[in-house]
Amino acid sequence: MGRKLLLENAHIEGIRYYDTYRKQGGYAAAEKALKSMGPEAVLEEVKKSGLRGRGGAGFPTGMKWSFIAKPEGVPRYLVCNADESEPGTFKDRYLMEFIPHLLIEGLLISSFTLGANACYIYIRGEYAWIPDILEQAIAEAKNNGWLGKNIQGTGFDLEIYVQRGAGAYICGEETALIESLEGKRGNPRIKPPFPAVKGLWQCPTVVNNVETLAAVVPIINYGADEYIKLGTGKSTGTKLISACGNINKPGVYEIEMNISVEEFIFSEEYCGGIKNGKRLKACIPGGSSVPVLPANLLLKTAKGDTRMMTYEGLAEGGFATGSMLGSGGFIVMDEDQCIVRNTLTFARFYHHESCGQCSPCREGTGWMEKVLKNIEYGKGKMSDIDLLWDIQRKIEGNTICPLGDAAAWPVAAAIRHFRDEFEWHVKNPEEAQRRNFGLAHYADPLPVPAAV
Amino acid sequence: MVQFSEEKLNKVKEIVARYPEGKQKSALIPVLHLAQESFGGWLSAETMDYVATLLQLTSIEVYEVATFYSMFNLKPVGKYLFEVCQTGPCMVSGSDNIIEYIKSKLGIGVGETTADGMFTLKTVECLGACGYAPMMQLGKHYREHLTPAKVDEIIAECRSKAN
Repeated sequence: MGRKLLLENAHIEGIRYYDTYRKQGGYAAAEKALKSMGPEAVLEEVKKSGLRGRGGAGFPTGMKWSFIAKPEGVPRYLVCNADESEPGTFKDRYLMEFIPHLLIEGLLISSFTLGANACYIYIRGEYAWIPDILEQAIAEAKNNGWLGKNIQGTGFDLEIYVQRGAGAYICGEETALIESLEGKRGNPRIKPPFPAVKGLWQCPTVVNNVETLAAVVPIINYGADEYIKLGTGKSTGTKLISACGNINKPGVYEIEMNISVEEFIFSEEYCGGIKNGKRLKACIPGGSSVPVLPANLLLKTAKGDTRMMTYEGLAEGGFATGSMLGSGGFIVMDEDQCIVRNTLTFARFYHHESCGQCSPCREGTGWMEKVLKNIEYGKGKMSDIDLLWDIQRKIEGNTICPLGDAAAWPVAAAIRHFRDEFEWHVKNPEEAQRRNFGLAHYADPLPVPAAV
Repeated sequence: MVQFSEEKLNKVKEIVARYPEGKQKSALIPVLHLAQESFGGWLSAETMDYVATLLQLTSIEVYEVATFYSMFNLKPVGKYLFEVCQTGPCMVSGSDNIIEYIKSKLGIGVGETTADGMFTLKTVECLGACGYAPMMQLGKHYREHLTPAKVDEIIAECRSKAN
């Protein structure tokens, strides 16, 4: 069994409420940070822990915090990004729903370190029942002296507010989130200036993902030295993986970043293998934006090494033969799944979610959806495959925010690894309506192991 | 005439107090949610103008936001809004069949409302319930692991609640 830091107590009845959370050692890290460590020491500890942003980008958290500007008399803000919208990702929802105090404690320690006296949790609007849970936890924390004025007699003040979004994937991008929090359309801003200098209401702001902020709690509790013992290399600590698709046990798992992809998919401790005795065809290991990999490149790298569930492991081989850990949205596809159709759903998603500011993304995502629709519904031409490739190339890197890249990458990877499946759709338009392409060579030559 | 109750007006005040002085525009999205819940599940031009007045904004500032976010309905919807996810992870778990089933069961297409004004079917993009697919949002909550039988139950439940 891997060690758990975030979900350690998730199974305990009543852990959602303050009394139980406190009894299980909750708010000990906050006490330590506020009373004996001080902001400088907490920052050093977070830097030393190697914690990387868990929302998808993997940027070192301690470094992000150290960028925050500190002009005299200007308030600073911490914003918690709970706009979890990357297809395949549902881990933050789990944390907030079941262990809300872990997040509140993480927000308290982080705000204290940054010198922020107000913190906003921006949560996707569809998670409509979760703000009640968070607000109850906030009220409990306040009643017990962990929020409000002069927290635990330290002189530090903090208020936490919950703000619901209203259905816009783009608001997961930090500057779009800030715009939305200011009551505007979620159009990403041009950087620089970065939020650390000019963020919410033009004040210095740090935006971090839910899981990142929750992870600060065990880092302070156990110390950075203990934290980096879990994981490998620059992938320190644990990561929440939300696993879905054609597997026996979909759900949210906390992994130590030292296990293989094969173990994660096939062991009983995690996904429990492919559903209905089918074979593994492909997987998108880090949310819909990251490249899809065929089974043979998923379990082993192009060099023939075992592929590991770490930032570096999943990225091994670059985009040519690798992918990314991303947000940890792990989407598994069995032999009955159609890569063209799956890619079409993602293209439609990005077209729907493009904010419309930049032409390459606004127009390009629509073109990709249209071309993919033609191929999927038997009206494609061979030249459409090259056209798709061309469009995605022209979106990538040419937009203000990473949504353009996120829309381009899944299309590029699908063509790169599954080109013959696209060609089969074009050549067999009628057959493609009746059945899927199937496995072809994608799952071979690697034999699919029995559950270990 | 569109008008919040006393209780809702207090809620608006409470929301505005979350932000620094003069930043009441930040309250726009939360107040639009409140307005949509209070005035029939959608935002009419009259409702949006009312919100603008409440928050001391121009009407256009409200329209441009209301039209950007997909949760705000700009047309009337049925009493029960089925928002079925159709993105990749749900699709590989059978959401296409669920959407077809709902269409045939209710006799409406996507984006349409039943003649009795009871149900509206909408397809949506990823709602973050990929491990519990197929799924839909119904009001404040998610309905997950959908099967035709479960859809039948949900429809029956809505009908009995309405009676």
